[in-house]
Amino acid sequence: MENKRRLFTLITPPSVFLLLFFMVPLVIMALYAFKSSSFGPLFPLSLNAFNNFFSNPSYFVLLLNSSQLALLTAVLSIVLAYPVSYYLVFYTGSRRVILLTLLILPAWISYLLRVLAWKVILGSEGLLNQVLMSLGLIQDGSPILLYSQAAVLITLVYVWIPFAALPIFAAMERIDPRLHEAAADLGASPSVTFWRVTFPLTMPGVASAFFFVFIPTLGEWVTPTLVGGVSGIMYGNLIQDQFGRALNWPLGALMSMVLLVLVGMFSYVFNRFIPITEVPVSS
Amino acid sequence: MRQTGKWLGLGYYILLLVFLQLPILLLIAFSFNDSVLLVFPLKGFTLQWYRELLQATELINAAKNSLIIGLVSSVAATVLGSAAAIAIARYNFPGREFFLNIATLPLVIPYVVLAVALLLMFQALNVELSLTTIMIGHTIINMPYVMLIVAARLSGFANNLEEAAMDLGATYWGTLMRVTLPISMPALVAAFLSSFTMSFDEFSLSFFLAGTQNTLPVYLYSQLRFPSRLPLAVTTAAVVIMVSVVILLFSEWLRRIGTGKPSRD
Repeated sequence: MENKRRLFTLITPPSVFLLLFFMVPLVIMALYAFKSSSFGPLFPLSLNAFNNFFSNPSYFVLLLNSSQLALLTAVLSIVLAYPVSYYLVFYTGSRRVILLTLLILPAWISYLLRVLAWKVILGSEGLLNQVLMSLGLIQDGSPILLYSQAAVLITLVYVWIPFAALPIFAAMERIDPRLHEAAADLGASPSVTFWRVTFPLTMPGVASAFFFVFIPTLGEWVTPTLVGGVSGIMYGNLIQDQFGRALNWPLGALMSMVLLVLVGMFSYVFNRFIPITEVPVSS
Repeated sequence: MRQTGKWLGLGYYILLLVFLQLPILLLIAFSFNDSVLLVFPLKGFTLQWYRELLQATELINAAKNSLIIGLVSSVAATVLGSAAAIAIARYNFPGREFFLNIATLPLVIPYVVLAVALLLMFQALNVELSLTTIMIGHTIINMPYVMLIVAARLSGFANNLEEAAMDLGATYWGTLMRVTLPISMPALVAAFLSSFTMSFDEFSLSFFLAGTQNTLPVYLYSQLRFPSRLPLAVTTAAVVIMVSVVILLFSEWLRRIGTGKPSRD
């Protein structure tokens, strides 16, 4: 009884906060998808937004396109971060933490500012163009990369490498070095040891890196706005547009719902295999 | 074989280091550049942009707003998240699994979706957008991080100490304040700091939920459209970067004197 009252006191404030400012807003967003116009009454319900959304294949194309880009971003960040984590954990001994800190320092700097830096680099008179011109690879100062999907990909990979490196680094640190010795004693070559011992043991780190890069990238709209231009827009830009220029809130609400359902399904399946939010009880 | 691997690894590390740091150094270099255009070659050294920064009242105001939002929302997230952490780490109750699922959901929701949902609710209830609406958004996204960080710490030690304190006559809440929370202090500080950093940098939620008052990232974003304002934006970036690095070094130094030996973890 006493215990129940304590638990109730502890759990009520966070629950109420989550209910009011997380669950209720999502329900209201779902209702908004059934409104006939941005302003005015909710009733009578209308399927305008649904008709609009489902009769416009370009929305689906963009959603698919953005999913591909998010997938590519996650895979590339992991592929680039994995070898460096491996080097730091298995080759640099006690200096590995300071070397890692140095590497992921940029992650502490505002995301917007890092994107801004790439806008400067990729611009028509930016660093990249000048290097290419001095090498004689291109003639004029055209912004070959800025305002394209490639620019969005480069910038996003740049932004996410540190976040991909952290969980992989942590997973590698947990590997018992005696496992490597045992494998070598049993006659395994270094590459066999890597593929049969190290790699499988780092999979949880790789998986959580993938998860934490893929999901935010799927809803991305700021990077495409700054470096992507018209050809580099993503699904998130579509949502943002409905609340800006297009001013179609019901459609924007529906688009958000679609993204939410997609992410929800992905997390559900993912969590089946790799539980990222498990907390043991110790009472 | 191992030697080759070592050199290859070092080479790759340096390459990646340059790739990650160069853009940041570039911003800092341009903040001292005597030209409105952000192009090479650099023109000459100037402190003009820094002088202009001191007079940019709108910008300073935005930075102040970000500071206030960061502090209030991190305190709120730390208090609410820790309460939830104690509940899930110390009690097994019906609905625990359900609570955990809901409470960690903000971790996996794209911010643009949450921003839209909150915006629509505030609009439906005729709540005017302000710094408070941004604080609410930031508290929601930071709560699960705090909860997981603190719960991990609490799961790390059994509750013998708490039982001992209560056997010796301490009340439950007294035990919480004088045993549980002090033991969790490193986790609480880490949770608070990471919440603050997240809030100070957060753009998407702030953009949707800001009323007439801007946060620093929203203000910077609004400046990016005007080429003539870019140098000032870059200079702000440089200041924020340098301050972040100083804070980072300072907290590392604090950690070292706190443990009395260079830390390895």
